[in-house]
Amino acid sequence: MEEKQIYTISIYTENNIGILNRLSAIFLKRHINIESMTVSKSEIENVHRFTFVVKMTESNVRKIIGQLQKQIEVIRAYYHTEDEIIYHETALFKISTEHLYDEKIQDKLKFRRAHIIAITENYFVIEASGLKKDIDRMYVKLKPFGLLQFVRSGRIAITRPKMAISELLQEYN
Amino acid sequence: MNFKNLVFIPANTGLLNLKNMTTQTQTVEKKIHAKTENISGAEAVIKCLLAEGVDLIYGYPGGAIMPVYDELFKYQDQLHHVLTRHEQGAVHSAQGYARVTGKVGVAIATSGPGATNLVTGIADAQIDSTPLVCITGQVAKHLLGSDAFQETDIVGISMPVTKWNYQITKASEIPEIMAKAFYIARSGRPGPVLVDITKNAQFDKFDFEYKKCTSVRSYKAIPEMNIEVINAAADMINIAKKPMIVFGQGVILGKAEEEFKTFIEKTGIPSAWTILGLSALPTDHPLNVGMVGMHGNYGPNKLTNECDVLIAIGMRFDDRVTGDLNTYAKQAKIIHFEIDPAEVDKNVKTDIAVMGDVKQTLAKILPMVHKNSHPEWRQEFTDYMAIEFEKVIKNDLHPEKEGLTMGEVIDQINKATNGDAIIVSDVGQHQMIACRYAKFNRSKSNVTSGGLGTMGFALPAAVGAKMGKPDREVIAIIGDGSYQMTIQELGTIYQTKVPVKIVVLNNEFLGMVRQWQQLFFDKRYASTEMTNPDFVTIAKGYHMEAESVSKRENLASAVQKMIASKDSYFLEVCVEKEDNVFPMIPSGASVSDIRLS
Repeated sequence: MEEKQIYTISIYTENNIGILNRLSAIFLKRHINIESMTVSKSEIENVHRFTFVVKMTESNVRKIIGQLQKQIEVIRAYYHTEDEIIYHETALFKISTEHLYDEKIQDKLKFRRAHIIAITENYFVIEASGLKKDIDRMYVKLKPFGLLQFVRSGRIAITRPKMAISELLQEYN
Repeated sequence: MNFKNLVFIPANTGLLNLKNMTTQTQTVEKKIHAKTENISGAEAVIKCLLAEGVDLIYGYPGGAIMPVYDELFKYQDQLHHVLTRHEQGAVHSAQGYARVTGKVGVAIATSGPGATNLVTGIADAQIDSTPLVCITGQVAKHLLGSDAFQETDIVGISMPVTKWNYQITKASEIPEIMAKAFYIARSGRPGPVLVDITKNAQFDKFDFEYKKCTSVRSYKAIPEMNIEVINAAADMINIAKKPMIVFGQGVILGKAEEEFKTFIEKTGIPSAWTILGLSALPTDHPLNVGMVGMHGNYGPNKLTNECDVLIAIGMRFDDRVTGDLNTYAKQAKIIHFEIDPAEVDKNVKTDIAVMGDVKQTLAKILPMVHKNSHPEWRQEFTDYMAIEFEKVIKNDLHPEKEGLTMGEVIDQINKATNGDAIIVSDVGQHQMIACRYAKFNRSKSNVTSGGLGTMGFALPAAVGAKMGKPDREVIAIIGDGSYQMTIQELGTIYQTKVPVKIVVLNNEFLGMVRQWQQLFFDKRYASTEMTNPDFVTIAKGYHMEAESVSKRENLASAVQKMIASKDSYFLEVCVEKEDNVFPMIPSGASVSDIRLS
C-alpha cells in the first residue's frame, strides 16, 4: 500500500472569479481534505498563485495535478514534497494584557520569529511565523494563558526547482 | 408573447429547410464580422451564434432570458429555435445534434429552474465529451446574491460538470466570451461550456465586433506529439504476438475513422470497442471483434487478459470497461493513444502514452508498423464468438420461447435498415442489447448516454440527431422506464414534425435494476415493476401513428411499416418481462470472469 504524505501543490492561474471553486471542487469530488490553502498574486502580472497543502499518496497527487492542469484557466499545476520547498506559515495570538509581563510569555518571545505587533489596555497580539511545528509548539505554550483569539495562515511556499511560468505563457501565445 | 411561429419548423418542407439555411448563414457571417454599432447584448448573442455557424438551437424561454428570445423572434429566418417541453429535453437534443454532426450543440434556458434543469445534460456531455454551449439567463447584476426571483448560482452549480463556464455581467463581454465558449467546447477533448448572462447585459447597448477565438493562453487543446514515443509504440506493436486494440469515442471525435481503419488493416490487430466507440468501425469489418466491458462480447473481454499488448485508442478505461483493475490486463503492455493528459495512468498504468490528436498520431505511426495478420490470435476471438453465439446470441436473436426478446427487435431493425440508421438508445437493458446487436455501416451513428447513464436521454437526443442529419433514418430505442422520464418531448416532435422513429421495448420493469436484483439481491424486486400507461394512446394523443406488437409473427411487418413511414412513428414492442442481458461481468469482478448465464 502506497503511503500518504504531505504534498504542497502550487497552481498558477488566470485571475478570474470562480477559479477557487473550480479547483476546490476537484478535491471535493475525490473526498480529499485540504489541510491549508493560500491565494495570492504571483511574480507575473494578472497571474494568481494558489498553494494547497494536502495529505495523500503520490499516485493520487499526480492524478489531482492532471485534473487541476486540465482546467481551462490553470496555467500550470505542480506538486512538491517537503524537501523541495521553502515554506512558511504565520499565526496571530491575542492574549489578555494581564499576562504581558509573565516570564513564560517573555521567554516565548525570544523565539526569533515571534514578536508583539499590538498592545492595548486589554490585550496584546503576538505574531509568530515559521514551520507548522513551530507554531504548534507556540500554541501549546500560550494556550494556558487563555487565548482570546488565535488564527493561522495557510502555507506559503517557494520551490527550490524553477517553475518556468513566464516561458509557459510565452509558449501558449 | 406568441412564440409559435418562431419554433415551428413548417411541415412537409420541414427539416430540409435547414440545409438551405447553411448558405444563408454563410452570407450572414460576412456581415457579422463588420462592426455593428449600438446593439443590445441580446442581439449580440444571436450574432455570435450566427458567426459560429449555428443554425439550430434548442431551448425554453423564461423571464431572465426574454431579451434573447425577443431577438430570436427577429432572427428566426436565420436561426431556428426548437421549443422543447423541458430544459432537459433541450440539452439532450443539443447533445444528439452534436453527436451526429460533430458540431457544437446549443441549448438555451432561463435562470433558476431553467438553468438547473440543464444540469443533467451538461453532466452527461461532460463525461461523454460532447461539445455544447449552454446559454442561461440570469437576474440583473444588481440583484445577484439577493435571492431574487428565479436566481440560482448556476455558475457554481455547473462548475464541476463543465469544461468551462462564465458569468457575463456586461454586454461588452459577450462577443469575446461567446467566441471563447465555442472554441473551448469544440477544441481538444470536447465538452460542455455554460455561459450565464445577466439580464442587464442582455438589455445594454454596445458596439459589437466579433472575432473568432483560436487560442486561450492558459489552455493547450492538443498536447504535442512526440515522435520518439510513437517510435517506441511502433516497436512494441511490431514485436507483439497477441496485440489487441480497444477503441473509444476518441476515434470519432478526432475524425480519425479512416486513419484507424488503415492502421488496423495494416497491422491486422483485432479491435474491440467501448460503448461510445461503437460505429467508428463498421460492424461487419473483419477486424471488429465486438464490445468490451460489462455486457460486452465474450472474446474481447476474456482475451483482454491474454493479449500481450493492449492498445487503447481514444478511450478512458471506464470501470464498466475494465471491471476489477487489479486483474485487468496485468500480463499486457499498455499503449494509450490519448488527447487528454489527465486520462493517462488515471485508471490503468500505461507503458507508452502516445499523446496528441489521434488523427495525427495514427497517421504518423502507420508507416512505422509492419504489415501483419495474426491469424491464430484472431482465431481465438472467432472461437469465443462461436461459444457466445451458442450460449447467448442464438437465444437472443432467434429465440425458441414464446415471448419476444429485445435482441430480435434489434435484429429486425437491422434487416429493415441494413445498418444505415442512426440508433439512439437510452439507458438500461435495451441499451446494452441495442449496442450489442445493432448493425452500423457509418460512423457517428450510435448515440447513447455512456458515462453518465442518463435515463430519459434517448427521446430528446433522437430529436436532435434527426435534425442534425435529416437525410438519415433515426431510430430511438428506449425502455419503458426511460421513456417516461422525458416522454413530454413527444410534444416537441409533434410541433416540429421531426420524423423520428420511436421503439419502446416494454418489459414492464426497470429491467437492468431488476436483473441485478435477481442476480445479486435474491430476487427482491424492490420498486422495479412498472404499471405502465397505454403508450399507443399517448402517442396518438400527439397525433403520431402508433402500433403495439407482442407476437413474433407481427414483429417484422411492424418494424418495416415503421421504417416505411415518412413521419414520426411510435412502435411499442412488449417483450419478455424477466429476460437478462448476458454476457455479464459482475460488478467488481475481473473481465476474465465474464458470465454467459
